[in-house]
Amino acid sequence: MARFLINRLVQSAILLLGVSIVGFALMHLAPGGPLAVYTLNPTVTAQDIERIKVLFGLDQPVYVQYLKWAGGLLSGNWGYSFFGGQQVREIVLDRLPATFLLMGTSLALALVIGVAIGTLAAVRRNSIFDYATAIGAMIALSLPTFWFGLLSIFFFAQTLGWFPAGSMTSMGGGGFLDRLHHLVLPVVVLALVLVAQWSRYTRSSMLDILDQDFVRTARAKGLKSSRVLVNHGLRAALVPLVALAGLQLPLLVGGALVTETVFSWPGMGLLFISALSTRDYPVLMAILMVGAVVVILGNLLADIIIAVVDPRVKLHDE
Amino acid sequence: MMSDVALEPQVVAPPRRVSAFRRLLRHRLALLALIVLAVLVIGSAGAPWLAPHDPEELDIANRYAPPLTEGHILGSDDLGRDVLTRLMYAGQISLSVGIAAMLVTVIVGFSVGAFAAYYGGWIGVLLMRLTDIMLCFPSVFLLLFVAAFVTPSLASMALMIGLTCWMEIARIVYSQILVLKSADFIAAARMIGTPSWRIVLRQILPNTLAPVLVAATLNTANAILLESYISFLGYGIQPPAASWGNMLTNAQSDFQVDPWLAVFPGLAITLAVTSFNFIGDGLRDALDPRIRDR
Repeated sequence: MARFLINRLVQSAILLLGVSIVGFALMHLAPGGPLAVYTLNPTVTAQDIERIKVLFGLDQPVYVQYLKWAGGLLSGNWGYSFFGGQQVREIVLDRLPATFLLMGTSLALALVIGVAIGTLAAVRRNSIFDYATAIGAMIALSLPTFWFGLLSIFFFAQTLGWFPAGSMTSMGGGGFLDRLHHLVLPVVVLALVLVAQWSRYTRSSMLDILDQDFVRTARAKGLKSSRVLVNHGLRAALVPLVALAGLQLPLLVGGALVTETVFSWPGMGLLFISALSTRDYPVLMAILMVGAVVVILGNLLADIIIAVVDPRVKLHDE
Repeated sequence: MMSDVALEPQVVAPPRRVSAFRRLLRHRLALLALIVLAVLVIGSAGAPWLAPHDPEELDIANRYAPPLTEGHILGSDDLGRDVLTRLMYAGQISLSVGIAAMLVTVIVGFSVGAFAAYYGGWIGVLLMRLTDIMLCFPSVFLLLFVAAFVTPSLASMALMIGLTCWMEIARIVYSQILVLKSADFIAAARMIGTPSWRIVLRQILPNTLAPVLVAATLNTANAILLESYISFLGYGIQPPAASWGNMLTNAQSDFQVDPWLAVFPGLAITLAVTSFNFIGDGLRDALDPRIRDR
């Protein structure tokens, strides 16, 4: 187990190094480079630009810049926003809880509903329920999230007035119920795609398991079918699902961005869009890196959970 | 119910004679999707001849006309332009971006995967590590980041979307070729002195085609979604040119005045994307003999 852990940690570290190099390269390959916002501003003279270059260390060789930037990322100095000069770390980490709240609630909700639908569809294979959920999932996967969000705002917020149209709290509010009320629409919109994916994966994973000998044995022993389903079927089917949860993370993070922009949910996604319109490089880079780190850590976590849960993985290692 | 499933006899696979295309057609939803897609393609490609109005024609007297009034089948927008006409012209752009982006993902993904698997060595390792790294970035973030710094056009949109979505195909091709490389018929081809490029083109390409075709179809669906979102935010196709995404840019305020304006472009996107997804699903069933009877 220890060797497996160290192995996976080293792999993640290498991936992180690669991600930082690609991210840094991207920033410097973009037209105008990190100073685009200044070079495009007519009131900034050439001398000013030279001074800003020296100030930001952009006159130094590329590898020195990279090392400084990467070192800064590790030591918590993520630079300063081009606008207002605030610490980037503060701006970004400020938004992180809102994004995690949205992603976590959606994921949990989608897991419960998706696994339930998928299990039922697998048990009642080729039934009307199976076909209906298959078609429903396909359509849910094809809906543009932003459009679905806009429609839900129109119906449930503006027409029916059941839920607020956006933001995380009302003016002056901020209690638990108020937050919950604001959370409903964005969570449903973000969870829809996840439910669709999870129900499909659970279905095929369950079908594989239900065909296997140990399930047949359990049934032959005369165990109640609901018990076989939960104790044998679902438990075994969950292992590949955890791996999939790791792989789905980029989609979840991307979906959160889209949902946040539609519902003006004050998370990282909304910050990213507003930083994009002002071309605030340090903020954009920080969010890009935080997104990638979340994905890498999520995958690492998924692998560890699988190693703990699935006896076959451990055997490999010892 | 439970015992039904357990005791269900193994369905006997139909004879291999039935071609993959026939099997795709038997997949009723895929067939329906093909028809819907054909209508969308004909409507878009034939827009100059079929559209009831000119896409830039202003009808200021009839702004925000509801559907089926004042000679506008799907109504008119804030400048009195005909919505159906603009949807048809927008389809040209949105579908082209989707298909062109898909081609980019196939070309880049296949090249990376094939090169890494066939030649291996440190370049191969490096290429597959690059694939892993690219997969760590949520593609919407990456795409928006690049889109904000590039002058948007049909070609640049397709290229950007393609360059952020090729990784899955690279992985498929890589693992397929690793299996194929040890196959006897490849060894035989190499033994009689066939040049590498010929082996790749004549032996390996046809054998990796099925899974790549499925992934490419699903990539087209994804590319249409991404284009619509980027254009919706204003970083994609610029007005007055219409794309299904940028027709929704004012959707939030349109809802107050004329909800239809916000409905039709979204429906067009959903129809196109659903069609590609169903076709991809049907292709997967048709091309993979193992899951045929599921």
